[in-house]
Amino acid sequence: MRLSHLIAGAVAALAMAAPATAQETVAIVGGRILTGTSVIENGTVVLRDGKIVSVGAGAAPAGARIIDAAGKVVAPGFVAVDSGLAGTEVGSVRGTNELRNNANTLSAAFDVSYGLDPWSFTLPVARLGGVTRAIVTPQHPGSSGGHVHEEDTAGAGDGGYQTPGLFAGQAAIINLAQGTDILVKPRVAMVAPFGEAGAAVAGGARGAQFVLFKETLAEVRLYARNKSAYERAGLRDLSLSRADLEALIPVADGTLPLIVTVHRASDIRQVLRLAREEGIKIILDGAEEGWLVAGDIAAAGAPVLLNPIANLPNDFEMRAARMENAAALDAAGVVIAIKGNEGSTHRAREARYNAGNAVSHGLPYASAIAALTVNPARIFGMAGQFGQIAPGAAGDVVVWSGDPLEPLSQPSAVFVNGVEQPLTSRPLLLRDRYRQQTPMPPAYRN
Amino acid sequence: MIGHHLRGVSLAAVTCAVAGAALGLSACATTGQTSSDPASSDPAPRPSRDMTLATGLDPSKTLDPYPSTYQPLPRENFALVGATVLTGADSKIDNGVVVVADGRIAAVGDASTPVPTGYRVIDARGRYVTPGVIDVHSHLGVYPSPGVQGMSDGNEATNPNTAQVWAEHSLWPQDPGFNTARAGGVTTMHILPGSANLFGGRGVTIRNVPSITMQGMKFPNAPYTVKMACGENPSRVYGSRNQSPATGMGNMAGYRAAFIAARDYKAKWDKWRETGEGAPPTRNLQNETLAGVLDGSILIQNHCYRADEMAMMMDMADEFGYRISAFHHATEAYKLAPQLARAGICAAMWTGWWGFKMEALDAIEENAALVDAQAGSCAVIHSDDPELTQRLNQEAAAALSAGRRAGLNISEEHAIGWFTSNAAKAIGIADQTGSLTPGLRADVVIWSADPFSIYARADQVFIDGALAFDRTDPAYQPTSDFELGQPGYGLTAANINEGAR
Repeated sequence: MRLSHLIAGAVAALAMAAPATAQETVAIVGGRILTGTSVIENGTVVLRDGKIVSVGAGAAPAGARIIDAAGKVVAPGFVAVDSGLAGTEVGSVRGTNELRNNANTLSAAFDVSYGLDPWSFTLPVARLGGVTRAIVTPQHPGSSGGHVHEEDTAGAGDGGYQTPGLFAGQAAIINLAQGTDILVKPRVAMVAPFGEAGAAVAGGARGAQFVLFKETLAEVRLYARNKSAYERAGLRDLSLSRADLEALIPVADGTLPLIVTVHRASDIRQVLRLAREEGIKIILDGAEEGWLVAGDIAAAGAPVLLNPIANLPNDFEMRAARMENAAALDAAGVVIAIKGNEGSTHRAREARYNAGNAVSHGLPYASAIAALTVNPARIFGMAGQFGQIAPGAAGDVVVWSGDPLEPLSQPSAVFVNGVEQPLTSRPLLLRDRYRQQTPMPPAYRN
Repeated sequence: MIGHHLRGVSLAAVTCAVAGAALGLSACATTGQTSSDPASSDPAPRPSRDMTLATGLDPSKTLDPYPSTYQPLPRENFALVGATVLTGADSKIDNGVVVVADGRIAAVGDASTPVPTGYRVIDARGRYVTPGVIDVHSHLGVYPSPGVQGMSDGNEATNPNTAQVWAEHSLWPQDPGFNTARAGGVTTMHILPGSANLFGGRGVTIRNVPSITMQGMKFPNAPYTVKMACGENPSRVYGSRNQSPATGMGNMAGYRAAFIAARDYKAKWDKWRETGEGAPPTRNLQNETLAGVLDGSILIQNHCYRADEMAMMMDMADEFGYRISAFHHATEAYKLAPQLARAGICAAMWTGWWGFKMEALDAIEENAALVDAQAGSCAVIHSDDPELTQRLNQEAAAALSAGRRAGLNISEEHAIGWFTSNAAKAIGIADQTGSLTPGLRADVVIWSADPFSIYARADQVFIDGALAFDRTDPAYQPTSDFELGQPGYGLTAANINEGAR
């Protein structure tokens, strides 16, 4: 064991023993600072009361706890999008999955925020990948968390489940601070599958889904205008429950964004038209063929949540998938956020590698960093509140040994809401248990 | 073991000789080809009566019934100069020279290494050169893109023992994933059946070249393998049908019954070959594959996550007298690292995958590094995934990074072996490829940067000394038939024209 490791371990142990508090003032000095929108060489970031107080070339304030970041890179904590963090523990154990609703009496009203577990062992693992916030998103058959290891689960996994409604439910924002109420904001977006998965919900064809979708919005608006008539049973029968109708009112009036999972270029165009006609606000999710209609997406002002390494024609709605999708959308002026892998839960930490691959396929480095930080905050209405190193933003800061997009870089300090987090996790406990040799079995090494 | 001892001989001949010795065959030609005239090359004493069986009924005559027709792409002799060379054999050469002649590595050395006259010189200054990437766990072609039901040919999930099926018979050469894998530096792949069954069937090793037929990709003389699966998958698939195996103990009973049947089958052939009495045994493809395991000619590739299950599989190998070549996935290999090293079993692993099911719960990023830390170990990074196979260098980089975080001192020239030389060892082709060693096949990648960097791209990929992919030259960016005329075909995204897809 190298000395540096011993020191890192000791620091982690200290952090565990006496958790840093948001009240202390911390100054991270000497690092290369990626603010999310710019780069500051040899800068200083000051954290106090859970927030970033200042960033720039200035000296550390007197009395501050100094974190030496010389030779290191300081970046905003990453924001996982389309994530299942805290919403599931073991993918195949249905009882641990709080991201899927199969009831046919409730769809849009499904609210993931009630099922999120701050003690989930997925959170410390993601934190070690620099993730400090997540947009936890309901899953549906077309979502990136909806198909996991089809080969490895021998074609008998749970990729084939069906959601009964047009809407998968509502997403929530969490932070990844240990030992806190992680919920930042519930019900920040509605989720709906389009394309093949959406068509399947409606009966098999896209033409059915779009008509059903428009009819549903019409019912929501009818309900919203006639609530008192509805309450005294003076309104015609509506297909959705009252809870679903209520949940959809902010979608219909364009205040709550709708995350539309969609892959095919032609479907993207149809969805953009639908949004325009209905006056709803959308966020595209997936959009593997988005580069073919990048101009349309940019003109509509629709942001995109994407995985830049999706380059195979997995099915007939992704035949144009390309590694350059992220670069093309960014070049067209689309605001993009980069996802981790497989529902960004256990593999949320790989978002930084995905961003690096987007860079090697043409995405400017600054755009890649933005796609992990400021962009997701902007997309979900939290601009300035987190996802960047700027005065007034939450104190979510990660100190990296080098370029955070490189696998060979590791975080040396992680702050969430200004509080330094322990660099521990269940996998690291397993690692350390099995690295030792003792006369007693590993079970005694705690 | 047998495979190791005989390495260096033509593998087809080895297979034949081994099978012949074990089965007491009389018709095994030394050329490696099945012979129509046993007398011409038969070294063994033969019974007096005519024991000739029709082709297709006699296992000894059909050892290689779907033979490789692979021919290298057009090639020339060349030398790569100026690069940082990671040889795959634990060494790093700055400003190195790699000389390739007739598709083989001719010389590897420092800047003073002579380049024969007439050889093309490729300037690789500022770049990195490594052996071609080998993925020991792929389902390309058998679970191809598009992943539609009509193309889902990877799991013959109709019986817990389908040792009789061969992945090569499901392999669709037009899978676009072969091209994207090649653009990630992959020159050799081991294609396996899925893991629904206790015995999923035979695997096949291929050269990653575009081909109309499976035979045109088949790695000449690579040993056959058989896929076995531990754990949750077989018991879930068959248990859900109220059929055995429904449990871990059912799994073990199923493997043991199969090896008992295979031993019996092999004994019947041995006896008939020896005595010539009575009717010959009926050929049984299922038992034939497992008899190949018992005689060492077919290598076991065992999907197995948990340490306790791997330990039982190792005992079972002793019980029936065979050898396990590699555990795949092996998420808990780090708990059993010394035992694996002692038994000479490779562990093929991911770095980042964990938690997707119970048997993957204890996966750690340091798995490969901790397995590797044992003397005599064989740590391999694999994909099991058409996207990950394009970036095995990055998966290895994450594993290396985790190992260093744990305080292990691991060099890049060592870690490169996790997806080159160790991978070759796991599938029995280390005498053919996997390192930049004179005499081996010239499977070579020129990387734009250090392959452990996220930004590195495979610039040029050579297979048997032939340029098979060039990121800067559209003439060397093959597309499959499926890709022609599809949405986006022929268009470039973001004005970037470099490489397939």
